Amino acid sequence: MTIGINEFIIVSSMLFLVGFFGVIIRRNTIIIYMSLELMLNAINLALVAFSRFNNTMDGSIFVFFIMTVAAAEVAVGLAIIVMLYRQKQTVLVNELNQLKG
Amino acid sequence: MLISALVMVLNKNAVNSAMCMIVALVSTAGLFVLLEAYFLAILQVLVYAGAVMVLFLFIIMLLDVDKEENYEYLKHKFAFIARLLGFSLLFFLVFNSFSETYLPSTELVQITNEGEAGTIDFSNTAKSFGQILFTKYMLPFQVIGFLLLVAMIGVIVISKKQTTEAEK
Repeated sequence: MTIGINEFIIVSSMLFLVGFFGVIIRRNTIIIYMSLELMLNAINLALVAFSRFNNTMDGSIFVFFIMTVAAAEVAVGLAIIVMLYRQKQTVLVNELNQLKG
Repeated sequence: MLISALVMVLNKNAVNSAMCMIVALVSTAGLFVLLEAYFLAILQVLVYAGAVMVLFLFIIMLLDVDKEENYEYLKHKFAFIARLLGFSLLFFLVFNSFSETYLPSTELVQITNEGEAGTIDFSNTAKSFGQILFTKYMLPFQVIGFLLLVAMIGVIVISKKQTTEAEK
């Protein structure tokens, strides 16, 4: 049995959807962040699959860039989360409502 | 992989879900290997399963996140909207990819590891990555480097400001 591009795209979209659920449903900021990473990962998988099946290198390079950006983003975001926790003593998004009028 | 991802999203305990996320990331690396993108697989394990997850675990331990009380978030109205959106999207995607091939050629092309300058055929060696990064994608490469620097400085500034405020 050969694995075509369709299977990869379906797995990738399922992974993306799981991450999407995580972002929308969960209230813990850290879990939301991990779900974001999961979504980025799903996109990476789709990009690698496309680039492999199109026999081009551009998708892989793009995945490389996405990984770098994700690492930077995680560092900054987690620093912000730590700062929030120090100020509010919580990481649940429904208790972070200081912007509410 | 999908199961571990689901467990990750639905788990009460943050540490458990981080562990499940490591499993999901490593199995994604396995899929990269299946696609013969070995360099990206190694990068995936190093960057995601290594650095990023260590950062996550560190923050979880540092903040000592308590467990969420119950699964009430599954009954929230956002959850319903999310499920609706998600399953419609999934249906659309599955339908699209199985009905007809506007997806490109579904059979694998054999990899040629020539490594000539200027060729952009898919290749799994780190050498071709370097070649393309330093020729065709020079500007994005520099921008990414600068972005990393900015992120580093930003993190330092954020944590520094906090300590000075705490001292007051």
